[in-house]
Amino acid sequence: MLESIISNYNYWIFIVLLVVGLYSMMTKNNLMKKLIGMNIFQWAIILFFISVGAKRGATVPVIAGAHGHDPHTLVTRAAEYVNPLPHALMLTAIVVGIATTGIALALLVAIYKRYNTIEEDEVIEVLKK
Amino acid sequence: VIAEQFPVLIVVTPLTFAFLVNIAGLWNRKLCFPLVLTALAACLFFAGGILDTVITQGTPIHYYLGGWKPPWGIAYFIDHLSAYMAMIVAAVALLVAIYSKRSIEREIPEHKIPQLYTLFLLNVTGFLGITVTGDLFNLYVLLEVASFSAYALIAIGEEGALIASFRYVVMGTIGACLYLLGVGIVYSMTGSLNMVDVSGILPHLYHSKTIALAFTFFLIGIAIKMALYPLHAWLPDAYTRAPSAISALMAPTMTKVGCYVLIRIMFFVFEPRFSIAYIPVTTILGWLAVIALIVGSIYAIAQDDLKRMLAYSTVAQIGYIVLGIALANRTGLIGSLLHILAEAFTKGCLFLIAGAIMYKLGTRTIGRFRNLFWKMPFTMIAFTIAAFSMVGIPPTCGFFSKLYLLLGAVEANAWVFVAALLVSVFLNIVYFFNVIKRAFFEPSEPAYAHDGGVRKGSAIDEAPLSMLIPIWIMAIAIVLLGIFSGKIITAVLEYAVPMGL
Repeated sequence: MLESIISNYNYWIFIVLLVVGLYSMMTKNNLMKKLIGMNIFQWAIILFFISVGAKRGATVPVIAGAHGHDPHTLVTRAAEYVNPLPHALMLTAIVVGIATTGIALALLVAIYKRYNTIEEDEVIEVLKK
Repeated sequence: VIAEQFPVLIVVTPLTFAFLVNIAGLWNRKLCFPLVLTALAACLFFAGGILDTVITQGTPIHYYLGGWKPPWGIAYFIDHLSAYMAMIVAAVALLVAIYSKRSIEREIPEHKIPQLYTLFLLNVTGFLGITVTGDLFNLYVLLEVASFSAYALIAIGEEGALIASFRYVVMGTIGACLYLLGVGIVYSMTGSLNMVDVSGILPHLYHSKTIALAFTFFLIGIAIKMALYPLHAWLPDAYTRAPSAISALMAPTMTKVGCYVLIRIMFFVFEPRFSIAYIPVTTILGWLAVIALIVGSIYAIAQDDLKRMLAYSTVAQIGYIVLGIALANRTGLIGSLLHILAEAFTKGCLFLIAGAIMYKLGTRTIGRFRNLFWKMPFTMIAFTIAAFSMVGIPPTCGFFSKLYLLLGAVEANAWVFVAALLVSVFLNIVYFFNVIKRAFFEPSEPAYAHDGGVRKGSAIDEAPLSMLIPIWIMAIAIVLLGIFSGKIITAVLEYAVPMGL
């Protein structure tokens, strides 16, 4: 049991981060803290993808000359490659994450300018009047 | 030859025009609107072309971007269902764009108009992209393109829009992230992102708990995006606070495209036998749908703001569509798909009308609609037609979709669902006829009531023609789609229902 927890530590880190993010999104009253929670949540998923794609002692998936320049090492040895796709996908996901953060920050600035606060209950108080 | 390129053009055209609109807006703001219309008319043409191709050749279109074959490249996969959805999105977007000119001029500061139209086109790009793509990760990116533009569009709206938009950002991001997590797990198990490819590999893994986990993440993520009942919290505020034209764009498209993704994942990426037999997901979805139907309608009855009422009604209508999916038989799913069409046009029409009333009256409070039938007769007749479709009175489209849902429920022996459908019809009558009653029967302001019953001062004062025409096209479409619903079913929907159902 303990061994399986330790050997899969990357998944445990990802799960803890995911829950931390979700918790702060659900419970925090301060909108900035909600946003930080949202970022932790997104980044946890990115860590998950990257750890799935990681491989100890493997090499870049470039075929020619990846294992030295001897003719017989030029053949493809797929087992030694790291699959680059999860990491490439995460580049896109990071861009998406930045766009989300950007939009959310812009909204926060606008909320602060109009209501002079970013505490959710205070904004709602103003809106009810 | 060019027709082969339609699948990519339908995404690239609005994307390119989105940037053109922004640049043209710097130079001359009057250029924005014609550019938007050109782009959306082109999209409708491409969507029509795609639908025609799919119907005539009878098999799905596979389009490989850059010629890269799956599983390496991004593939577009268009079957009857995709083409049908793309057609709905393109048609609604074009009609709303025509309508938006006057409405936006009234509601939005002029210097924001180019940005608004840029976001408008990006939003449509996202929706159209979701319908044509055949790649799980690509779908995620396009879902986010659509959502980002939606967040920003909502934030442009009236007082309270900012906080509504922020909440939507938080909820929407959770939804998209859970979907992404599902994609990640599926990729780590199958090594492919192409939907056709994945659906071929997955049957060997159906007993794996990891796959069940991925499926759960997919479902929760999509349920947030489509505002299925307990996860609908972002929707009412967002749709109420957004500018009228934007509510009218998003209400028919956003949640319906969500339903499309749900069907795609449940019945195409995973086979129906997995979704039905291996985990009891259809039971859970069915009960959530029933709660959505009833609770959404009750909330709608309680609202005094027309747009808010329509927003809660949207929550209830998602219940209908999900109920059809949860029945998991042919009739139910056909009802579901037909209801996507009916709901897109009906809800679109109703939100357009809410905007037109807002334009003329400056208020959306239902209590102040007295005498509106004599002031805005054309708008209100269209409202009545749309309300009939919502309630399900023949020959409107809403009647036939509800009929198929009902038949599907009977076929599945799900009598609780039958009862829920019938009860919800009565609830629909309550809130729509409340509006019609106010506008039709209640006399005008007391000042006129003393004039011996003559409705003086209630001369016709209609919304501008550019707003009335889209409203009426939608209203006529509701009736025509109802009359020709049999044709739609035999030509498209019969083939859109997945294998194994």
